[in-house]
Order: sequence, then structure tokens, then C-alpha cells
Amino acid sequence: MTQAPDHAPKMARASLAHRVAPWLPLALVPVLAVLGLAAIPSLSSWLTLTISGLAMGMMIFIMASGLTLVFGLMDVINFGHGAFVSVGAFVGVTVLLMLGPMTGAPSLALNLAALLVAVIGAMLATGLMGWAFERAIVRPVYGHHLKQILVTMGGLIVAEQLIIVLWGPEEIYIARPEALKGAITFAGAALEKYRLVAVAVGLAVFLAMRLVLRRTRIGLIVRAGVQNGEMVQALGYRLRLVFVGVFMAGSALAGLGGVMWGLYQEVITAQMGNQAMILIFIVVIIGGLGSVEGCFIGALLVGLLQNYVAFLEPKAALISNIGLMVAILMWRPMGMIPVVKAK
Amino acid sequence: MRAVLSGDMPRSRVLALILAVILVALALAPFLFPGVRTVDTAARICVFVVLVASYDLMLGYGGIVSFAHTMFFGIGAYGIALASTHMGRGFDALIVGAGAGALVAAALALVIGLFSLRVRAIFFAMITLAVASAVAVLVSQLSGLTGGEDGLTFQTPRALSPAFRFGDSLLGVKLNGKLLVYYLVFVGALILFLLLLRVVNSPFGRVLQAIRENDFRAEAIGYRVVYYRVAATCLSASAAALAGSLYAIWLRYVGPDTVLSMEIMIDILLMVVIGGMGTMYGAVIGATLFVLAQNYLQALMGSASGLVEGVPVLPQLLSADRWLLWLGVLFVLSVYFFPTGVVGRLRQGR
Amino acid sequence: MSEPMLRLEGVFTNIAQYHILRGVDLEVPRGRVSMLLGRNGVGKTTTLRTVIGHWRAHGGRITLDGQDITAMPTPAIARAGVGFVPEDMGIFADLTVEENMVLAAVSGPIDSARLDWVFSAFPPLKTFWKSAAGNLSGGQKQMLSIARAMIEKRRLYLIDEPTKGLAPAIVATMARALRELKADGASILLVEQNFAVAKALGDTASVMDDGRVVWSGAMAELGRDADLQERLMGLSMEAR
Repeated sequence: MTQAPDHAPKMARASLAHRVAPWLPLALVPVLAVLGLAAIPSLSSWLTLTISGLAMGMMIFIMASGLTLVFGLMDVINFGHGAFVSVGAFVGVTVLLMLGPMTGAPSLALNLAALLVAVIGAMLATGLMGWAFERAIVRPVYGHHLKQILVTMGGLIVAEQLIIVLWGPEEIYIARPEALKGAITFAGAALEKYRLVAVAVGLAVFLAMRLVLRRTRIGLIVRAGVQNGEMVQALGYRLRLVFVGVFMAGSALAGLGGVMWGLYQEVITAQMGNQAMILIFIVVIIGGLGSVEGCFIGALLVGLLQNYVAFLEPKAALISNIGLMVAILMWRPMGMIPVVKAK
Repeated sequence: MRAVLSGDMPRSRVLALILAVILVALALAPFLFPGVRTVDTAARICVFVVLVASYDLMLGYGGIVSFAHTMFFGIGAYGIALASTHMGRGFDALIVGAGAGALVAAALALVIGLFSLRVRAIFFAMITLAVASAVAVLVSQLSGLTGGEDGLTFQTPRALSPAFRFGDSLLGVKLNGKLLVYYLVFVGALILFLLLLRVVNSPFGRVLQAIRENDFRAEAIGYRVVYYRVAATCLSASAAALAGSLYAIWLRYVGPDTVLSMEIMIDILLMVVIGGMGTMYGAVIGATLFVLAQNYLQALMGSASGLVEGVPVLPQLLSADRWLLWLGVLFVLSVYFFPTGVVGRLRQGR
Repeated sequence: MSEPMLRLEGVFTNIAQYHILRGVDLEVPRGRVSMLLGRNGVGKTTTLRTVIGHWRAHGGRITLDGQDITAMPTPAIARAGVGFVPEDMGIFADLTVEENMVLAAVSGPIDSARLDWVFSAFPPLKTFWKSAAGNLSGGQKQMLSIARAMIEKRRLYLIDEPTKGLAPAIVATMARALRELKADGASILLVEQNFAVAKALGDTASVMDDGRVVWSGAMAELGRDADLQERLMGLSMEAR
């Protein structure tokens, strides 16, 4: 192999501040936790609230991640995303109710098996629903935001009503599996077992998602597609198929989030998805539309802040998230981790 | 006539006829359809025509989707309620309440608009959804001020109460304060509607439409797109607040479910899309159709569902409570196939 | 003469209400470098984008080695053996150089011999293999863009202004790489504003004006004939 000896390539070394800047948002999570510690008098309450904030954040992340990726990849904004949350919750809870003997038994293995079946059922149902939703509702309105918002909102109304047709208008109460009830005590703080599980699942989903996005070809295609979809197609990849896949995966994740959210609140309603959308939107906006990492950080911030504020001043909880959104948009108008579009 | 309508004629004989019928029916509602429920329906139609028309200004002309329109509506309604509660019954309270409501709504719209429209038009839709729900929660939590979930019942000026009589009866209709309130609502709604019609047909309205068609080009020509959009949002918000004020005066009650709920927001969306976006007259058609359907079609569906009793799932699908399902389907189909709604169809078929 | 690698017959392309291409006839002979020349805004980039399928031709026919690709979707055209280097380079800035190259090797893992060949043409890519592509200099980005096309053996390469804004030393590197690509047996359709580069690289040339090809012939002929250059690229400027 011939060398080009006179070629001495140099790359401008980015200044420290420049290289740190993208990671700054990540530091906000511990900063917020420390602020919470300063504001909350007792360490044990702080620990309880932090875990419950993280649990909530993880669940919101799971629900929101699909929405942000779908937007990044195809510039499609899906206001009906909440429908997948609701449907996931109803399918999952129905399965759990059918597996009553397994969830009622005081065996962790049986409980988790039942939960797994419920989650798989919910994700299959919402994944398929995502496929149908993409074909019937979203595909005809590509490239037209106004119509997308209207049509997906219409899809949400129809989906909510269909849930009521199928499951009836009443809310459904659901008990958590036996082994996940109650709390463990750690450093004097009561930590609900279910919340710990939620944190673990959320973390696992985030890491798995990062792994797929960083280490697999399909992940590369998705990340490249978010930046410049046209070029990905010019290389020979059928981005449409990838997009349908991402849409389905995002819907299935929303379904997973719906099951977890339903078990967290121990009650499910047809409107729960639409209610969750409020937090989901805040999270994807502050994270930066299209960014999975931003969505993750945003979700944790929202979860923690909501729990701290609810403890300190219950009435200000939801307003605090609006405040967070305003503050972050003033700092970075495109969200914490803005996605660079090639065009 | 042309001047009253700001030169924006119905441009379809059938449409003109329908609009005339609606106008006459609403103008003479207390005499044509005496009865508490029918007059109440007529008043609701008047209020929703303004509410939907103001939404159309933003959506159909400005190309901006907002989910906070009920919030602005509610602000106007609560303005009347709070003013009447704290200042006592009187016309001064109504004027202060309506004025303050419209101003607060415009100010809030200004802040949200500057914040989100500057970055991206779709941010506006998401942020309004978040803000509106936060406000709804806040209103139900601040029960000391707003009456919480129960809402506020208040008294309007004596001249507007059913107890006030200014004559015996005319054509069998009692001449009392309730009749006066109806005409206050009717005339107020008519004036607001004509003003909105004027706005969309002014040079300002034409710039808005140019922006909706192609915001890059409008910006290139030299229009500050953001300012126009924010201004449209503010105007629309104040008009919605005034509609809310009329509604509160009519009901003499405000509560989160009646003036702030997400359901009303969805109703507005349905009305504007089915009536016809970007036409103003669509608001009249949409609101009338929708409110009538809400009151009478549900009964019809109930009886239809009774007919198919015994067939699985069908009765639930046709149950009166499920009418939103069919409206949702209709909504999606209209966005695809008739983006200009009933009015657009009528104008094409002229 | 054998079937050309690429042939456009009376291709029309509209973008919104504008008629950008108004009957383009063009041939890229097998194994040759064909230059597409002309002033700014005459439709060169649109021609390339129409071939790859980013814009749809509203009339006419495009064939690749005899196969009709006019209505094929972009990914299918690419898989049929067309490599595309867009004017804006189309770099995935958040991905590393390695990831950009891995993605470009559509048919599977990167062929190491071919990668060595690419590295020998563009040494900086080896140096910055693990760096984010967005941090590369302009010239390095252009190298990556062409390297991405080279890593997969394609029948036809569409390359849009590879020397735009580059320092002379890097222009020479580019020209060398393109010559190697041609030696590898590829056919190339190259849009180039730098006439010296065009003269050095081109076998044949087509000159466009106002959405049509107004002259086709040997690059050498065009390069020799200053009057012809003046008439095709200078005169047409006055005709506007």
C-alpha cells in the first residue's frame, strides 16, 4: 500500500467547553436531585421521592421514546400516540386479570412470568395497531404537519371510543402482582418494590435502545435517517420500511409504558393515554425532538421535579413542569439535545 | 349586505340559503321554538359559532393548531363569574369581567405564541396542549378562588334574570329577563362573528393566508411571519374569551367541565373541520350541525341501538354515548377528503 | 456501439410549478467519465437528482444499462448499481467516519481490500476513522462523501461538484481518486464547474442550458475549442 507521506491531516481540536456542552443536560439530573435534597428536610423522604421520580421518569421515557424517534425519522408528529398507551394498558391488564392465579400467588417467578405474558401481549397488540395506524392514518398526510395533527388527533378519539366499546366506559382497577406489592426499607426510607422494578425496566429499555442505535446496522440507518433521510435512500436503504418498523416499535414501547403506568396507578381509563401525552410532549420538547438521549434526560427531569414539587407544594406539581419547559426552552430553544438536520 | 359581510359572500346559493335559515331561526328562536331546552340550544349555537369562528381564524387562516382554545374560552367565562361574584350583580361587572377576560386571554396567547411560534409552528400545538391542561388542573385546585370542580354560580344584572318582566307576553312568549339575555347573546355573537369576518378579509387576513400557503415565501417577501401568527393567535384568543363571557352570562354558572374541558376542545376541532376550515361560514354550519346533533342525534342513535339489540357489539357501537366514535371517523375522513368541509363542498357544487 | 451505461431520453422534471428539466437527452458511455457542464441553475443538479430518483421525471425515459429505471424508487436505483455523491455531500454528521462507511457498504461488511484502496486515496479518513464526521474539515467531508460511494462497487457514479470550494492540493487528491475509480471500470457522470478539472478528467461532455443538453461530444474537442466554449457557456449567458 502506498503512503502519502506529505499528508499530515489535522483536525481542529474542539475546546473543552465545546466538547462538554452536549453533555451538559445530563448533569441536570444529579443537579436537580441535589437541589431536591437541599429543599426536602428528611433524607429518607428524599430517597423515597427520588426513586419514585426516577420510576415515573423511566415510564414516561418508555412511552415518549417512540414519538420522538418517529418525528426525527420522518418528520411525523403523532398526536394519537397516547392511544397506544391506553390500548397497551387495557390489553396488558386484561391479560393480567386472566392470569389472576399467577399474579395472586406469592411467588416472584410466577408473578414475573404473568407480567411478562401481559407485557408481550400488550406490545404485540400495540405494535400491530401501530402498523395499522401508520398505514391508515399517517401515510396519507406525510409532509403536512397541520393535517397530521388533526388526523392523528382524530385517530386518538376513535381509538379511545373503541376502547370504551370493547371494555366498557368504567375505569378498571388492577392490583399489582403479589410479590411486587409493598416496599422495602433502605436507609430508613420506604422504597416501593414496583417502583424499583420500573426503574430497572426503564434503564434496561434505554440501554437496549442505545445498543441497537449504536451497534446495529438498523440503528445506524435510523440515526442516519434522522439526519438525512434522502441520503440514506440514495445509499440503497428502503427507509419507508425502516420507518414502519420504528413506528411499530415505538407503538409497542408506548404499550409497554401503558401497562407499567397502569400498574403504577393501579387503575386504567380510556383517557389515560391522552393524559400521559401532556407529560410526553413536555419531555420530547425539552429533550429536543428526535433525540432519544434528550428524551431520556427530559423524562427523568420531569419525573423528579414532579415528585419533589408534589411533596413540597402539591398544587404546583403540574405547573412546575410547564416552568421547567419554559426554562429549558429559554436556554436552548430547540431542546436540550437538538437534532442536527442536514437540510 | 356586502359591506356587512366584508365582501366575503357565501358564493353558493345553497350555502346562502342555509345561512339565512340559520340566521332567521336564531334571531327568532324564542318565538319560533319556545321552550327552555330549545332556546338553550339556540344560545349554545350562538356561542359556539363565535368560538369556532375564532378558532378558524387561527387554524384555517393562520395554519396554526392550538389545543388551548377552551382555555381562552374559560378565561372569558371565569372573568364574568369572578367579576360578578366580587363586584356584585351589575352591567359594570359584566363589562369589567369580559374586558379583563379578553385581555388576559390575549396576553397569555402573546406569551405562548412568542415562545413557541418563534421556534416551530408544531411546538405551538404541543405547548398549548400542556399549558391548557395545566390551567384546567389549576382551576380545579384553586377552589377558594374558582369554586374548584363545583364551579361558580353567580347572579347577573336583575334586568337579565327570569324574574324581571317588562311586559306581559308577545306571541305567547313571556317578556322577561331571560328573553333579554338571549338577545344579548345573539347580538353579541352576531357582532363578534361579523368582526371576525372583517379581520380575515382585511389585508391582515390576506397576509395570514399567504403565510399559511407558504411561510418561506411570505418571510422572503418581507413579512415577519412570527408577528402575524402571534397577532392572529391573540385576536383569536380574545374572541374566544368573549364567547366564553357570553356563555357565562347565559348560564349564570361556570365550571371546569362546562368551559374548560378537553371534550369541548375536541368538539371545536370537529365543528371547524366538518364545517370547513378557512371559510368562517364553516363555523356557522359546523356549530349548528354539531350542537343540534349533540342534542337530538344522540337520541336517534339510542333508538337505533335498541333496534339491533341482541346482535353482539353492534348495540355498543350504536349506543348514544358512542356518537363521538362516529364523529371521530367522520373527522378523519373529512380531513382527508373534504379539507374545506361542508362549505367547501357547497361552494364547489354551486 | 454498445448500449451506454446511462441514457436519458427527453426527460422532463418539474419542481412545484417550475419546469426545471425540459427534455434532457444524455448518454454516459460505459467505463467513461462524462462531464455535465453548464452555468449555475441550468438543471445539472436536478438531472442527477432525477436519475437517482429524488425527483420524479414527469416525462421521458431513463435507462441504466438498458434497464428502465425511470419509475423506480431511490433505494432500488441505488441497489441497481448507482452511487450518488450529492452537492451538499450528504454526510451523517453525528455518525463517525467508520459508521458512515459501514452504512455505505450496503451489501454487507466492508471489504477490507476495497477499504485499503479507499484509505490509499484518502489517508485522512484512516486517521479520523473513529471521529464524528461532523468534525471533519470541508475537504475531508468531501473525501468521505466520495469514499462512501467508492466502498461499494457500483456500475455508475453520479458525482455533483466534488471540488467545490476545495484547496488545490485536495482538488488534485479528488481528481486522482476519480481516475482510480474509472480505472476500476466504473462509469461516471460528473458535474464540475472547474473547467481545468473537467478537461483533465472528462472523456465526453454534455453542456446544459435552460433545462436541456445543448451540446454533446468529446471533452477533448470542447477543451480545445475556445470559440465553442464561449458559444456554449459564454454566449448563452448573454442570451438570457
